[in-house]
Amino acid sequence: MKVLLSWLREFAPIEGAPEAIAEDLSDLGLAVESMATFAAVSDGIVVARVAGLRPHPDADRIQLVDVDAGDGDLRQVCCGAFNMAVGDLVPLATVGTTMPNGLEIGRRRMRGQHSEGMICSAAELEMGTDAEGIMILPGDLELGEDLTAALGVAGDVLFDLEVNPNRPDALSVVGVARDLAARRGLPFELPEPQVGTVGAPAGESVRVEILAPDLCGHFSVRLLRNAAGARTPPLIGRRLLALGMRPINFVVDLSNYVMLEVGQPSHAFDADLVPGGALGVRRAAEGEQVETLDGAARTLHAGDGVIVDSAEVPIGIAGVMGGASTEISEATETVLLEAAWWNPTDIARTSRRLGLRSEASARFEAGVDPEIAPWALERFAELAAPGGVALAPELVQAHGHLPPRPTVRVRTGRVNAILGTCLTAAEMLACLEPIGFGIAAAEVPPAAAPRSYPGEVWDVTVPSWRLDTATEIDVIEEVGRLWSYSRIARTVPKSPHPGGLTSRQRGRRRVQEALAGFGLTEAMPLPFLAPGDLERCGLPPDGITVTNPLVAEESIMRTSLRPGLLKAVAYNAARRQPGVALFEVGHVHASGDGELPAESDCLAAALAGCEAPAAAALWERLCRAMGFAGIEVRNEATAGMHPTRSAVLVSGGQTLGVLGEIDPAVTAAFDIAERVAWLECDLGRLLEAHIDSPRYRQPSRFPSSDIDLAFVVGEPVPAATVEAALRRAAGESLAWLRLFDVFRDPDRLGAGCRSLAWRLRLQAADRTLTDAEVGEIRAACIAAAEVAGAALRD
Amino acid sequence: MTAEETASALVAEARGLATDAVAALTAADTVAELTAARPDLLGKGAPLTGLRRRVGSLAPEDRPAAGRALSEALAEVAARYEARLDELRAAERRRQLEAERLDLTELPERPPVGRLHVISQTQRRLEDVFCAMGYTVAEGPEIETEWHNFGALNFPPGHPARDMYDTLYVDHGPPGSTLLRTHTSPVQVRVMQRQSPPLYVVAPGRCYRQDTADATHMPVFHQIEGLVVDEGITLGDLAGAIETFTTAYFGPGFTSRLRPSYFPFTEPSAEFDVQRPDGTWLELGGSGMVHPSVLEVCGLDPERWSGFAFGFGIDRLAMLRYSIDDLRDLWTNDSRFLEQF
Repeated sequence: MKVLLSWLREFAPIEGAPEAIAEDLSDLGLAVESMATFAAVSDGIVVARVAGLRPHPDADRIQLVDVDAGDGDLRQVCCGAFNMAVGDLVPLATVGTTMPNGLEIGRRRMRGQHSEGMICSAAELEMGTDAEGIMILPGDLELGEDLTAALGVAGDVLFDLEVNPNRPDALSVVGVARDLAARRGLPFELPEPQVGTVGAPAGESVRVEILAPDLCGHFSVRLLRNAAGARTPPLIGRRLLALGMRPINFVVDLSNYVMLEVGQPSHAFDADLVPGGALGVRRAAEGEQVETLDGAARTLHAGDGVIVDSAEVPIGIAGVMGGASTEISEATETVLLEAAWWNPTDIARTSRRLGLRSEASARFEAGVDPEIAPWALERFAELAAPGGVALAPELVQAHGHLPPRPTVRVRTGRVNAILGTCLTAAEMLACLEPIGFGIAAAEVPPAAAPRSYPGEVWDVTVPSWRLDTATEIDVIEEVGRLWSYSRIARTVPKSPHPGGLTSRQRGRRRVQEALAGFGLTEAMPLPFLAPGDLERCGLPPDGITVTNPLVAEESIMRTSLRPGLLKAVAYNAARRQPGVALFEVGHVHASGDGELPAESDCLAAALAGCEAPAAAALWERLCRAMGFAGIEVRNEATAGMHPTRSAVLVSGGQTLGVLGEIDPAVTAAFDIAERVAWLECDLGRLLEAHIDSPRYRQPSRFPSSDIDLAFVVGEPVPAATVEAALRRAAGESLAWLRLFDVFRDPDRLGAGCRSLAWRLRLQAADRTLTDAEVGEIRAACIAAAEVAGAALRD
Repeated sequence: MTAEETASALVAEARGLATDAVAALTAADTVAELTAARPDLLGKGAPLTGLRRRVGSLAPEDRPAAGRALSEALAEVAARYEARLDELRAAERRRQLEAERLDLTELPERPPVGRLHVISQTQRRLEDVFCAMGYTVAEGPEIETEWHNFGALNFPPGHPARDMYDTLYVDHGPPGSTLLRTHTSPVQVRVMQRQSPPLYVVAPGRCYRQDTADATHMPVFHQIEGLVVDEGITLGDLAGAIETFTTAYFGPGFTSRLRPSYFPFTEPSAEFDVQRPDGTWLELGGSGMVHPSVLEVCGLDPERWSGFAFGFGIDRLAMLRYSIDDLRDLWTNDSRFLEQF
């Protein structure tokens, strides 16, 4: 919402530095997104007329413009915009001018053609945001005149405000002025429009009817005569332009002006094109058609609001866009000016579906003041009167259902309890009354209230422009807003709990830290997948689909961290960064029948340029670092993994993850030339069940004995099986065991076998083990290993 | 041979032998050579030691002087031996150490240094600040019900405020029932439903919106949400909590302010801005007092409990701290990006 300081001043005597005004606006919740002060003079930028347009002989994107700045010379200017026509007035930056961005305009040649100055867009002049085309000026300006002076904005200040959805009243100059006046303790006044009426009362020739009272709160019409040939008053054209709205014609300009001023959109019908002067409001039937002002044929849905003529034929879409059949033209003599209150939800639905969102529909959606229409219509007439337009007596109005406006019961004690203030009733009153709220002591104290607060109980009347305010908390917010949040004393609430992370959150952090300590770097791939990503990974394509993705690459939620990390490996390899070691901790989703899809916290690591054992070693190291215990690594081919270099992580019959090497076919599908060692597991379940809380064991003070045992073990027998047998057989005296040697030699060991050698350190906590005891353990280990399928090497 | 001659001869012989011994030990070039020669120079069978036996055969009056001279000769040899041994040991140590000389700037292999993603690091910093303020960390699902994301938070269907969020829905359950959460605020609802006040929690996590990726937008981003519900919580408490966080996270010299704003699930609502020591403002996030209807929906009596909530983006804080100017860089996983933090 853009407002000009000069316009605000028409309703309240606002003075002072623009910065201080901006500060107040922000503090009132009308955040100032930008502020522009127009220079007192725009040195060198003058009003000029387009006298001729010619194509550039050697360039398609530039045209040659002859401009007349009123000094008798025609200047040739090269211009990259095409939105102007011969006769249009445009801003011309003459040679020697310094533009607001510091650029100095010189005599130039563009593709061989000389250019004497520059014709400017609103953005180039810092008078608006429109950078698309040249700023077309109102037709009544004097050629050669200084631009800011001609526009009447010299020294004016433009504030661009961000207005929240609960402040429809602030989508108007009047609403902003009211807030600002209240904050600054200034008088605010909405003067009655001064306009006389002429001729036959409107009611004699105009009828209105509402057939859908839930759609239309009121439908109000004034009749204006003698409109043909009227011109937009200069001040209005200038202000519209300064606010970034292009003047179009008298009726549209005035309608826009009143809408910006007071927030009430209006629509004009050519009365001669409305049969019998009858306007009705109803809901459309499915498939009904109407041609809108933009010339498009619109097909309506059942329930859309339409304005119809006496024959029940739609001649406009309620609150969204008028119809072509009754459109105003230069020749329009009599105007039916309509201002209505539309149900916000209906306008929102229809405008969104048709993709027709305008300043007007935005205001109807937010909620227009249901009582302002008569004022707005008269204001239009007041502004039109100097152009000779005559207002007919009588407001023709039909009523539907308007939202109820109950009084709101407010406890002053509750206001202080929520805000953390100690305001007196008088101080609260001083916040509320200037913005239109009425206060009356409640007749009966609210017996129903479960908690009573010290102070008064009020019944607060809400002004018609604040339909958002319906409950006590809404009023409390208004008190706080007008009092100023910055004036509220700050206190820090004291948590009765010790803060901190849960053990699972701490565990997740430790896993991340352990992996980083092992030299892996945390990656952050997008959680979205493209169709085919899972298949490329050799995984089932059962990811949950996004209903309304913007691009196909973001249309599937991941079921595995694999596609994301493989893409990251490929991305780096393609940039001559092979061998990356990456991990990720993140959520994956599996479809299911629950209220929500199954969501789990997963961990994955990719070691590019490494073979499967690197993943096994990483897992073993992570288990030691974290104290993960009781998880079996079982050789097993799994989807997408190298079929003979894959293992699953199993605990209590549950598969927690996989490790090994990515299937070469999968890496090839991702254009990865390296091997990729891979580890992936369900971190959530792992952390829940498998963290061993460490318990201290004092190191033995007694001497230890080592025994080395080498076995010939068939390839199908996992080393882990033999190791587990050794561990069991060695029992309590085993300090540790290590697989220290592996070799394969078909000549000596036979095919399909390998030699595995373990060193076992034996040590008792309470004594020195005797040679006989060590011998017994050794024998037991050999026997157990043999049962497990290993043969002692001689 | 007279006794005098014998005594002086003995002394002269001792001196001669001592001179020979010193020459021998000086000639030894290694510790091993020297120590191997020791028995021949100073051992029981060494010639010089052997002279002791002949002292007894001297005239009694000559014996003390001769004995002294002999002892002096032996001591001289022993001392020279020790000195030579030290010298040779030192030389050997020097040789050994010289042979071990390394150029410590020769580093053919550089083992990788692992790192956490800059977003993880930023999130942890934030969590730690709030944990120190007595908050716990709550989590919730990224795929949410429409009810938790909107309905419970006072966004009735068709509410215009829903337009502030470009929601991505997923195909699960009835159409429109399940979505990618647009903010971390549904965690507020889950916490209030699950736990009883007093509540002091923060909820960091991933959020989604229908956005085209560019320098300042991504369809997925990170937020942290705060929620406090207790008896007597006020807007002043919100302002104070934000201020404490601001100083703790950004450092001394940073202050905060609240500005009125609108969110359906808080009222009064406020934007909060942080002022840098140079006076410039940073718009950080949204906040407000938990709306009475939200408390009620979550089973809390708004007449007894009140609370505040706030939320802001994690990605932007990470970008500001490290001067990252393109949001998309966070998601490339280029090792040249990842290795900088």
